[in-house]
Amino acid sequence: MGMTMTQKVLAAHAGLDSVKAGDLIEAKLDLVLGNDVTTPVAVTAFDEAGLESIFDKDKIAIVLDHYTPCKDIKSAQLCKQAREFAHRFGITHFYDVGQVGIEHALLPEKGLVGPGDCVIGADSHTCTYGALGAFSTGVGSTDMAAGMAMGENWFKVPAAIKVTLTGSLPPYVSGKDVILHLIGLIGVDGALYKSLEFQGEGVASLTMDDRFTIANMAIEAGAKNGIFPVDEKTVEYVTGRLDRPYTAYEADPDAEYDREVVIDLSALKPTVSLPHLPSNTKTIDEVKGMPIDQVVIGSCTNGRISDLRMAASLLKGRHVAENVRCIVIPATQEISLQCARERLTEIFIQAGCAFSTPTCGPCLGGHMGCMAEGEVAVATTNRNFVGRMGHTESKVILASPAVAAASAVAGCLASPLDM
Amino acid sequence: MVTGNVFKYGDNVDTDVIIPARYLNAPSPAELAKHCMEDIDAAYAASVKPGDIMVGGWNFGCGSSREHAPMAIQASGASCVIAASFARIFYRNAINIGFPILECPEAAQAIGNGDTVSVDFSTGVIEDKTTGQTFQAAAFPAFINNIIEKGGLLPYLKARQNKKG
Repeated sequence: MGMTMTQKVLAAHAGLDSVKAGDLIEAKLDLVLGNDVTTPVAVTAFDEAGLESIFDKDKIAIVLDHYTPCKDIKSAQLCKQAREFAHRFGITHFYDVGQVGIEHALLPEKGLVGPGDCVIGADSHTCTYGALGAFSTGVGSTDMAAGMAMGENWFKVPAAIKVTLTGSLPPYVSGKDVILHLIGLIGVDGALYKSLEFQGEGVASLTMDDRFTIANMAIEAGAKNGIFPVDEKTVEYVTGRLDRPYTAYEADPDAEYDREVVIDLSALKPTVSLPHLPSNTKTIDEVKGMPIDQVVIGSCTNGRISDLRMAASLLKGRHVAENVRCIVIPATQEISLQCARERLTEIFIQAGCAFSTPTCGPCLGGHMGCMAEGEVAVATTNRNFVGRMGHTESKVILASPAVAAASAVAGCLASPLDM
Repeated sequence: MVTGNVFKYGDNVDTDVIIPARYLNAPSPAELAKHCMEDIDAAYAASVKPGDIMVGGWNFGCGSSREHAPMAIQASGASCVIAASFARIFYRNAINIGFPILECPEAAQAIGNGDTVSVDFSTGVIEDKTTGQTFQAAAFPAFINNIIEKGGLLPYLKARQNKKG
């Protein structure tokens, strides 16, 4: 029996000729990641277990992105603990305020992940790197500690769902709409313990930023990982960034899938997820006009340059509605600089947006945009659970950058197609 | 074998309600335990007693990778979680910190809030003493059982390293 793309990456890293769904394997890791929330817990576990060495100082990334620049004293203590650990072992890829970006935008940008890699990260959105044809998955802090010490970890080989993409996206419809639509179709546990294997002629039409957004939210369908084939766009993206050889794996023609979902990209409309589950999807036409208080454009899901270009194109020469606060957060310093070069920063500020340094901040109700009781946000982030962006009686509506920007201008949930 | 009273919740209990992000900046088990479940059950932390049992529906522990979630439940005094299914990162994290979880859709559906339930971890047999019903939870593979028996992933790896060394 053939293997899926995910199974091939795992087999190669376990030193096996083949694996099948359900096998428990130990696989070598190309990168182990942690942030300022999860690394301190990993460091405590690492020290309490009496571990004394790390497997490779070049294959660990510590990214202080969640509560930074530190929102309070407790957060500063956590960053200090992570910083001291990074310095103790001379960890090469340590990113602090001034260099830091949101981890899942930063690592691909810096060329730290590439096709065929096996990556774990103590952050659930580590599945983002599947866009590059890597196996990458979120784990907890103990897994991070074990990974840092051993350079390997245990995995259950996942069964797979084939997601066949056809056609190409219409104007103002992007990767975010694709993944929200998919989660709406299969549910928040529709891919539980499984991989989402994106295939089909429609893949070629998707930009790398679209693919990052789609792979990023595989976890919101319960998936272990999402993975895209490696094509010309992938190669173009990693060229000049990735400073080492890589392997592009392909699924076997006779690989086994538990089910297939076909999505015609041409038929998709701007899509949003209403509170309080990402699977609670509606097309924008069904829900436009809903009152809102805040718009957040950013995050590991949608804080990349093409996201900000789209938002700026809709905000240019317009102004954020009086009843709305709009917060724009580029995901990395490079993206922030690019916004300045392209004068997008000027557009955002003239439109009345707050323009921030990179941070995960509001996505998890950390800082830079927590909400009060009864308030509603349209956000390009990834989760709309109870209390996610602040008060337990506040609400988050997940949307694309185009829908978010259109809503900021309209002062209510709005379609970019109506502007 | 543990026996305790049940705190029952629904499907898709996410890690943001198990331990809200606003408390992640103080990750000591005792601090986390104080705020466990507070956004969906403000009374939980004050009323849970050592040995009590949490029961959830499908996809328990979905969302973030925060290990703070099983840490908070463990530190609150609960002896285990029984659910119809677990989100995979929560499942891994619970195993890795040596906190028992049992997957059993029948038990998750039938057991009521406040019931007295006993669990035999060695056999996976769950007994609802209030209704007299018994259930059989899925057994862990030997590999995972070994990690739990060693007290978690890091003690397991240390033991394996010592054996090799």
